[in-house]
Amino acid sequence: MTSVTKRTSPNVIVDRDKCIGCDICVQVCPMGILAMDKEKKAYMKYNECWYCLPCEVDCPVDAITVEIPYLVR
Amino acid sequence: MSDVMGLRRNYETDVLIIGGGSAGTMAAIKAKERFPGLNVTILEKAHIRRSGAIAMGMDGLNNAVIPGKATPEEYVWEITRANDGILDQRTVLYFAREGYSMVKELDSWGVKFSKDDRGDFIVHKVHMEGRYVVPMPEGSDLKRILYKKVKSRHITTINRVMATSILTRNNRVVGVTGLNVFTGEFVVIKASAVILTTGAAGRLGLPATGYLYGTYENPTNAGDGYAMAYRAGAQLTSLEAVMIVPLLKDYNGPACAYVAGPYGGYTADPDGERLTGNDYWSGELIMHMYQAKQRGQWPAFLKLDHLPEKDIAFIEHVLHSNERPSRDRFHANRGTNYRHRMLEMSLSEPSLCSGHSASGILVDEQARTTLEGLYAAGDVASVPHQYLLGAFVIGKLAGESAALYAKGASSSEPDPAQIDQEYERVYRPLHNSDGYHHEEVEYKIRRTFSQYSTPPKSGTMMNIGMERFRDIRMQDIPRLSAHDPHELGRTLEVPFILDCAEMSTMSSLYRKESRWGFLHYRLDYPTRDDVNGLYRTIVGRTPEGTMMVGQIPVPDPIITDKSSAPAQPVNK
Ligand SMILES: Cc1cc2nc3c(=O)[nH]c(=O)nc-3n(C[C@H](O)[C@H](O)[C@H](O)COP(=O)(O)OP(=O)(O)OC[C@H]3O[C@@H](n4cnc5c(N)ncnc54)[C@H](O)[C@@H]3O)c2cc1C
Ligand code: SF4
Ligand code: SF4
Repeated sequence: MTSVTKRTSPNVIVDRDKCIGCDICVQVCPMGILAMDKEKKAYMKYNECWYCLPCEVDCPVDAITVEIPYLVR
Repeated sequence: MSDVMGLRRNYETDVLIIGGGSAGTMAAIKAKERFPGLNVTILEKAHIRRSGAIAMGMDGLNNAVIPGKATPEEYVWEITRANDGILDQRTVLYFAREGYSMVKELDSWGVKFSKDDRGDFIVHKVHMEGRYVVPMPEGSDLKRILYKKVKSRHITTINRVMATSILTRNNRVVGVTGLNVFTGEFVVIKASAVILTTGAAGRLGLPATGYLYGTYENPTNAGDGYAMAYRAGAQLTSLEAVMIVPLLKDYNGPACAYVAGPYGGYTADPDGERLTGNDYWSGELIMHMYQAKQRGQWPAFLKLDHLPEKDIAFIEHVLHSNERPSRDRFHANRGTNYRHRMLEMSLSEPSLCSGHSASGILVDEQARTTLEGLYAAGDVASVPHQYLLGAFVIGKLAGESAALYAKGASSSEPDPAQIDQEYERVYRPLHNSDGYHHEEVEYKIRRTFSQYSTPPKSGTMMNIGMERFRDIRMQDIPRLSAHDPHELGRTLEVPFILDCAEMSTMSSLYRKESRWGFLHYRLDYPTRDDVNGLYRTIVGRTPEGTMMVGQIPVPDPIITDKSSAPAQPVNK
């Protein structure tokens, strides 16, 4: 069986200019869906967000904006 | 792929708590307080700083018996009726009596409750009869406060490790296995006593939005504890009393009762008239809503637009800053505002949760399960309608009981064969590189549960559902595939969800009557049968590994009307 790639729109937006790579959002996300990329910037790696906001509230430099996922909007 | 994937890491502790949410953090704090010399460890799938239902705080305690406002006996009677008589009153009475000292302790820790000019707790009436709701409009700090308490007490926390199985030897708990969902390491923890506080089974049915993680419950709580307890040989009860609650349509936040109700907000029909007599969340309330729908009086609406601006502003502040704080964005996207018109409501997806209903692991008045050395508290333990304060009170009880047991228990080595078997199961999806993605299989299970096992229920429908579940178990589960530690964790949740779906459906098939209003409304047995139906269903696993449903009697009631004092002394 081969697999196809599904394109979905991320609802957690990281402002890469602001992000200082502190990893806090990655640690606090209950769903474990955020990660750091090669340039030490946070990004949404898995599309399983509960739009609960710890990542946004705990980010020390306000780099994260959580939108309501498309299906819920 | 992570370079430690599959490596083994071993720990040893006296008391192990699985799930560091409301009940788990409290259990750990109290186990340590009881015997400071014991090693107490919390294993948490997420990070305890922001995990569980209360990650962003909570709007209030829904069920505190505050002296002068209500009595424990009145509360027990109220819950006995709300849960149609199927409960162990001893645990509910214990909860009701201990609630006030817990509220005072939380208050002394800095949790902010609403108080009047004299400094007394404000208590709102939401239930049918009594006054039990203690608001926490500034409650967003709650988890941070518990986190700090845990940190200051030398409790070991292991974050990002998801428990995958409970290890037993000679019908006694000896430890737990887990997967680190960030690194992929395999964790084995030897323990004298284990407390399960993994929360609800929130990913059982499909939400109205069709979005898999748009559940009312925190989706980290996939029902792991229900399934692990079952697999280890503990008994579960009332899994047919699924939880369904009224929510805003499409947004997974509570709609009305507890925050807006006390200020005059209510659930309305399309004409703006009161739809339900009382908005306390019970199966009866959901039945009223279902019947209104059948009559064409639907949808239901949250009505606040008749209230004075200052009350609307206050309700909005609470609903938008605490508990589910992304709610303002949802309204902004839709252009909806509590002031301008009524807002559409709907019913949540079904889940298993003793906090709001009754489904859980069978526990006694010491929070012991039927498996030696295993304790349970919070949404996963059957103490009906216990909500947040129940997670704290029964969590404390479980912590203290488990600590006492661990102190006296001789330690026992886990069976290496059992560990190896679990290791093989955990990593199998990595070898199916072209198998099914977890999301597809989960979707199919939850779609099936929503279509075949959700009220209104029928035997024919549920039997078809069971056939589908068996097919998924035989054909799809072995083909689940994962590519990294995170995916592996999500993939391991899928069979847990399937266990919960089967256990609940089997329990619903067993109970040939209707009960708990809409929650167990059977079209083929539409009436409540108090002659034959006053029992508790029990789900367990036979030594051969098959699922069994049976019944045990409801313990003799000690409170038979709202003013009665217990006939016999109740101790913990
Ligand atoms: C949106 C919402 C609003 C609510 N509002 C109120 C209210 O206003 N008043 C009120 O009284 N009650 C309210 N409740 C109910 C109350 O919050 C819960 O009953 C209570 O928090 C349950 O506590 P718990 O410890 O059982 O679960 P949780 O606090 O959810 O903790 C479960 C923990 O287990 C962890 N976990 C799960 N699986 C595993 C695993 N396999 N391994 C390791 N860890 C695991 C999770 O990450 C989580 O940290 C609300 C609930 C929700 C969801
Ligand atoms: S909103 Fe919640 S689930 Fe979504 S990324 Fe942030 S912390 Fe994680
Ligand atoms: S918390 Fe903020 S600054 Fe830190 S890694 Fe995340 S986005 Fe970047």
